[in-house]
Amino acid sequence: MNQEGNAFNPPHQSLPPFSRVIVSGGTHGNELAGLYLAKQWLQGKARGLERQTFSAKAVLSNPRASEVCRRYVDVDLNRCFTTECLNSPDADDMPYEIHRAKELNVLLGPKGSEQAVDFICDLHNTTSNMGVSILVYQDCHCFSLHMFKYIQSHVKSAPVYCAIFNTPKDRAYSLDAVAKYGIALEVGPQPQGVLRADILSHMAEALKLVLDFIDLYNQGTEFPSCEVEAYVKDKDFDFPRDPVTGELTATIHPERQDQDFQVMNPGDPLFQTFDGKTVNYSGSQPTYPFFINEAAYYEKKVAFSSSNKVSIRIPALRLQASAGGANRIS
Amino acid sequence: MTTYLNGVSLPPSKRVSIFGGTHGNEMTGVTLVRQWIKNGAEVQRAGVLVTPFIANPKAVERRVRYIDQDLNRAFTPEILSLVERKDLPCEVKQAQEINRLFGPKGSKDAYDVIFDLHNTTSNMGCTFILENSGDDFILQMVNYIKCTLGQSSCHVLLNEHPELKYETTRSVAKHAVGLEVGPQPQGVIRSDILKSTRQILKYALDFIQLFNKGEEFAACDLEVYVLDASVDYPRDQHGDISAMIHPHLQDRDWQPLCPGDAIFLTFDGKTIYYEGEGTVYPTFINEAAYYEKHRAFVTTRKKVLPAKGVKIRTV
Ligand SMILES: [Zn+2]
Ligand SMILES: [Zn+2]
Repeated sequence: MNQEGNAFNPPHQSLPPFSRVIVSGGTHGNELAGLYLAKQWLQGKARGLERQTFSAKAVLSNPRASEVCRRYVDVDLNRCFTTECLNSPDADDMPYEIHRAKELNVLLGPKGSEQAVDFICDLHNTTSNMGVSILVYQDCHCFSLHMFKYIQSHVKSAPVYCAIFNTPKDRAYSLDAVAKYGIALEVGPQPQGVLRADILSHMAEALKLVLDFIDLYNQGTEFPSCEVEAYVKDKDFDFPRDPVTGELTATIHPERQDQDFQVMNPGDPLFQTFDGKTVNYSGSQPTYPFFINEAAYYEKKVAFSSSNKVSIRIPALRLQASAGGANRIS
Repeated sequence: MTTYLNGVSLPPSKRVSIFGGTHGNEMTGVTLVRQWIKNGAEVQRAGVLVTPFIANPKAVERRVRYIDQDLNRAFTPEILSLVERKDLPCEVKQAQEINRLFGPKGSKDAYDVIFDLHNTTSNMGCTFILENSGDDFILQMVNYIKCTLGQSSCHVLLNEHPELKYETTRSVAKHAVGLEVGPQPQGVIRSDILKSTRQILKYALDFIQLFNKGEEFAACDLEVYVLDASVDYPRDQHGDISAMIHPHLQDRDWQPLCPGDAIFLTFDGKTIYYEGEGTVYPTFINEAAYYEKHRAFVTTRKKVLPAKGVKIRTV
């Protein structure tokens, strides 16, 4: 996606219909909402993946980590889908998740090829107060933004946000990047290893809307040009640390905790040291932090990610005419 | 222990330890203990030796609850008396080490008080977990905290249940005090939870200092929740969970639960109701670490426990 760019000048954007749609859970084995949804579908205990124009398939992405209720066994699976990693030579001592990433790439990809599935919706949970967040890791297409708009306009029980990472396709590291198009659905706050009924219901509701949207699109519904509000990821910020030992010396300030996607101005309280001092945000521009105090990011040395709030004008979206069936609805 | 008119006189509490990281992913205790090892001024009290201690350093390092087995269940006589061998489970070795440093458990050489700091994903606020309703010293300590910070500042969970009681890390000391604070996800440090843990501990240490100095604490009544039963999730024929905590129960730790109240919601949308006898007070609702222990929540009964007066025994 090009924010100020010409890509949005055409009166509308068209893609072929989406027939191969994947819903994946358990990419991180201790994020239980997506894991339980995937298990329910795979065991045939739940319905809801069928639509008029397609049937989505469920995938349990990291069965071994899910079995032991851990994020991963050897390495973070959701960082293994770069083109470089997927094309690395096989080795006997390969970490389990790299092996599994290659396996998923055969099953759902190959990444970047014509054979790749059309869409992956990858289900995640976060300990951050991010509500229902649509994360767009790979090159952002207006299809994902229209989908976000559709979800946002229908979900009333939780705030809905869109975070754009804008990683070039070959460097995009997340599972959804294996598909032609995709998003991660990140729902929180929920502790690792815990299943909350409210969080599960937010996730199920958003996922239903993802599939409804694809179905409407496939049936020829035109989505008119509109403005969407999104958060474009800027940088990762680490916790303050002891320069010698590397140990944390502070955590998120109580006034910043749980304030994901709320503006943080220069001088606002950001961290609180363990001896009680406040560390203020020293940036020169306002920013919109998210992934605030996510449990899994301590080891990645990320206390939160900053973002810029943008308003994007997206072109109208409709099914590619050659595919037939596209008709403007008024 | 000797008795006087309205109470008991006890020896001073000279050696006190604060444990963090008995469970390696419960970050409040880990963070505070590390901080106090660097600079202990906050927890030092005149006339008391206060030792902050990381109880399971290997689990802390890997940010997991435990390496081989739950340290907080490992202080049985059998485990503590196992002959030292290289291939003993990590937590067995660590339990024996803790017993050497702070015990031996049940002996006169044992530490006077161990505070063991824990976190829970349940909405339990600050909860003291006590294992002995006859420990007037600790009951008086809790009463002092409640009188200073307010009755709702903390709860007391009393576990003397014949089947559900377990041999805790802190049980090495003469007076064992578990402090469970939540809600906080595993692996996360929340400043609000740090603050409330710190505050409770400050007054607990103040109490010890006052007691040692000779202050007399009069007999009192203390409201406690007595552990009654453990309730598992509904499961299918494979043993997999088939329901989750009902939204009406989630986060309602310590609120009355009556027969007919919703407790579980199955994945296909059916509500399961509580069928026990009489009103109970559930807690540890949806604790992450208890999924593997087959525990969705525990029930307790409210009780008022009389505590005898305490004062220091002067020789
Ligand atoms: Zn995840
Ligand atoms: Zn614990």
